[in-house]
Amino acid sequence: MTRLHWTVILLALLGAVLILVPLDLTGYGIPWSGLKRYGTYILTLWLVTAIAAMGVNLILGYAGQETLAQAAFLGIGAYLTALTTKAGLPFGLAFLASGVVTFLVGILLGFPALRVQKHYLAFVTLAFGVLVWLIFRNEQWLTGGVMGISDIRRPSLFGVPLRHFINFYWFVLGVTAALAFVFWWIIRSPWGRAFTALRENPVRAESLGIDIRLYTLLAFAIGCAYGGFAGALYAPLVEFIDPNPFALAQNFLFLLMVVIGGAGSFAGPFIGAAVAVLLPEWLRFAEGYYLLIYATLVMVLMAFAPGGIAGLFERLFSARRGASAEKPPAPGLAPASQEVAP
Amino acid sequence: MTTVLKVQDIAKSFGGVQAVRGVSFEVEEGEILGIIGPNGSGKSTLFNCILGQLTPTAGTVHLDGRDVTALRPSTLNRLGVGRTFQLLQVFPQLSLRENLILAGQEHRGSRLGRLFGARDAGLTGDADRMIGFFRLQHLAEAKAGGLSYGQQKLLDVAMAFMAGPRLVLLDEPAGGVNLTMLGTLKERLQALNAETRTTFIVIEHNMEFVMSLCTRILVLAEGRLIAQGPPAKVRSDPAVIEAYLGH
Amino acid sequence: MTDFIQLVIAGLATGAIYALAAIGFTLLWQTSQTINFAQGDFVMLPAFFALAGMTWFGLPFSVSLLLAIGLSVLLLGLVFKLVIVDPLISRGVLPLVISSIALSIFLREGTKDVYSAEAQPFPALFPDVIVSIGGVSVSLAQLGVLAVAFCTIIALQWFLTGTRTGRQMQATAQNRQVAQILGVPVERMILYTFLINAALAAMASLLISPIYLAKFSNGEHLGLAAFVAAIVGGFNQVRGAILGGLVVGVVDNLAAAYVSTSYRQAVPLALLVLIILFRPQGLLGRKEERAV
Repeated sequence: MTRLHWTVILLALLGAVLILVPLDLTGYGIPWSGLKRYGTYILTLWLVTAIAAMGVNLILGYAGQETLAQAAFLGIGAYLTALTTKAGLPFGLAFLASGVVTFLVGILLGFPALRVQKHYLAFVTLAFGVLVWLIFRNEQWLTGGVMGISDIRRPSLFGVPLRHFINFYWFVLGVTAALAFVFWWIIRSPWGRAFTALRENPVRAESLGIDIRLYTLLAFAIGCAYGGFAGALYAPLVEFIDPNPFALAQNFLFLLMVVIGGAGSFAGPFIGAAVAVLLPEWLRFAEGYYLLIYATLVMVLMAFAPGGIAGLFERLFSARRGASAEKPPAPGLAPASQEVAP
Repeated sequence: MTTVLKVQDIAKSFGGVQAVRGVSFEVEEGEILGIIGPNGSGKSTLFNCILGQLTPTAGTVHLDGRDVTALRPSTLNRLGVGRTFQLLQVFPQLSLRENLILAGQEHRGSRLGRLFGARDAGLTGDADRMIGFFRLQHLAEAKAGGLSYGQQKLLDVAMAFMAGPRLVLLDEPAGGVNLTMLGTLKERLQALNAETRTTFIVIEHNMEFVMSLCTRILVLAEGRLIAQGPPAKVRSDPAVIEAYLGH
Repeated sequence: MTDFIQLVIAGLATGAIYALAAIGFTLLWQTSQTINFAQGDFVMLPAFFALAGMTWFGLPFSVSLLLAIGLSVLLLGLVFKLVIVDPLISRGVLPLVISSIALSIFLREGTKDVYSAEAQPFPALFPDVIVSIGGVSVSLAQLGVLAVAFCTIIALQWFLTGTRTGRQMQATAQNRQVAQILGVPVERMILYTFLINAALAAMASLLISPIYLAKFSNGEHLGLAAFVAAIVGGFNQVRGAILGGLVVGVVDNLAAAYVSTSYRQAVPLALLVLIILFRPQGLLGRKEERAV
């Protein structure tokens, strides 16, 4: 049984579990009464968050740039979808438009920032995130200001209404799977190899003809587009949007959740999104302390396991298989180029 | 004999320090040109000015008659210039073969085509041929980070050649390499040069390596070109001896 | 016109405070490639040290001020470097940036939970008396702030250019390898930068908290101001940070008066975007060489 076989089997199992989990299976002799509305909502929120996190993962874990605007792009997708679907546009088109618009905005934003020093993108995205949030909050005529947009309808798929929470969940599951497949395809293609190169050793990559500015820009724009897609799904999920979920602090949280999950790994965004969505739930008793715990967790992880939770699993498996004397390199954040004295 | 590279009056200063002062030379196709000089003579700076890593303060660089001064390294590479690095710069997380595919992929097809096309951009065959040429078959799947220093050096050189360049600049290829590997390296470089007529420019400190590999030598001292010619002539040039002993 | 001048003077006062934050930020980046996303919270926190000193331990104001500065240098300088930066610096810049983002959240939430979520009044260092100079009314407090901030900056500049240690620090900032070869104790210089940053942040905190009130969420705005100031001025120079801070302060203040309050925050940010588009090296910066 090769690693590929195991991966396929695991994915199939995971798929089955995800499809069946909201249902009441007691009628089939399985002791599982399913998730109620709230449970399914949380699960759907996890998927939507994971899509946005995949975008950040591409930017941070593969291209090695910091983005502090993913919540803003989520917001752009959400408001765009809410406004256009309320005006009669079919959801499918609104969804696509969200992705295209955020992709183009990403190109416009990234182009000047990436011409200069490496960390400028962090500040430009930070500024952009605040600016966009201000527009959401102030332009009442467009976005409803602090009162937001309410009564956002869930779409229908080929005539089948998705209003019911389980139907909508399956719809989002399908879209997430599709977007995850696209992500996997990009990473496995020569583009993905170029992204890895520009993260690990941009100087060398340049000398091999890899246009690092262009590839960084592409990674950034695609990552933003994933934020837009997530937003397009978020609006009908919550059925009411206001500027709050897209405020400055959220941008930081998206970055942190990808790091916790494991930047540069495929499962990382899913793990990170789960932590981000579930932690406030589990720590309800701890009230406001969950952010404190979150932050401490990240600092500890950075010191001892920069590969995040996914990186920990990776190390566990290679240790089991009997790793070489060489310490396995952590995915994503640890620098890989080795300095050798001349 | 065609002139592949023409460097004219290249100068580079950093703040008040003049690293390179008006260096000019030409390189013919198929030559193996060596550049030597004591530490601080400006060899690396000159290299970096030719390669687009640094913008020269003055002077021009022409490749096959075309002005390429201060173009970005990736553009230069696509015009047919490759380089190796003094400090090893392979991609440790990728396998040896993957490193080679990476080195060649930007020269195959269009960028968009690469997104939708084959995973290896059709380069597995070329990569394997290169692996065979450098006799690294047993390590093709190994992670580059796990290779020995000498093996990484060979990979570094191989990567510079994947795209079939016209001109390759090698930055201290012999640095830190043991004697046996050094012999292999020199022999493989000479074989490459004979087979493909690729032009080489080599910076080196290892005198024996450079004298036995190169067909012509340039000597730099304090940012200026002080001597050039075949190895034997340069070796006995009093100005050159003075430059080395004077330090 | 007098209104305009008053606004400019007020802007220069807050700008000088931003400059203190921006200088420390720039120094950290120059000497140790540390991007401190928690810089804003470094400026928020010391005021709470002082408040805690007064409300928890009943210390007089002057003692609390000293306590605040001392604790800042210790915790936000020494401990920050030893516990957070040093273990991570070998892993490259990215984990450090992430950690500083986490630290920012930690400090903010920590202050909210440990002290209070409410904005706290902070005693002013100077009486808020209005004086008239040439027909323009200025607050003594503003002049005082300007004076203190400028004295601090001048003292810092004198230290950097006039003393041996200061020049060694500058050498480390400009080119670490060369400094090392020249025998500069680079590690110690880097430690000093962290300590200086903490001290500057503490000064900024004590000067700005009377104006803004001490609130756990101040870090957001102060951090942004520091970043914008550093970039606008020119990321690789201390002089740039000073100019940047003043520019941001004045622009921010003018925006508050002439632009709708709901978009006031946007003006310094728009300035940032403009600078990055048209003069990315900042007003005083040098054009960066491409990395070798």
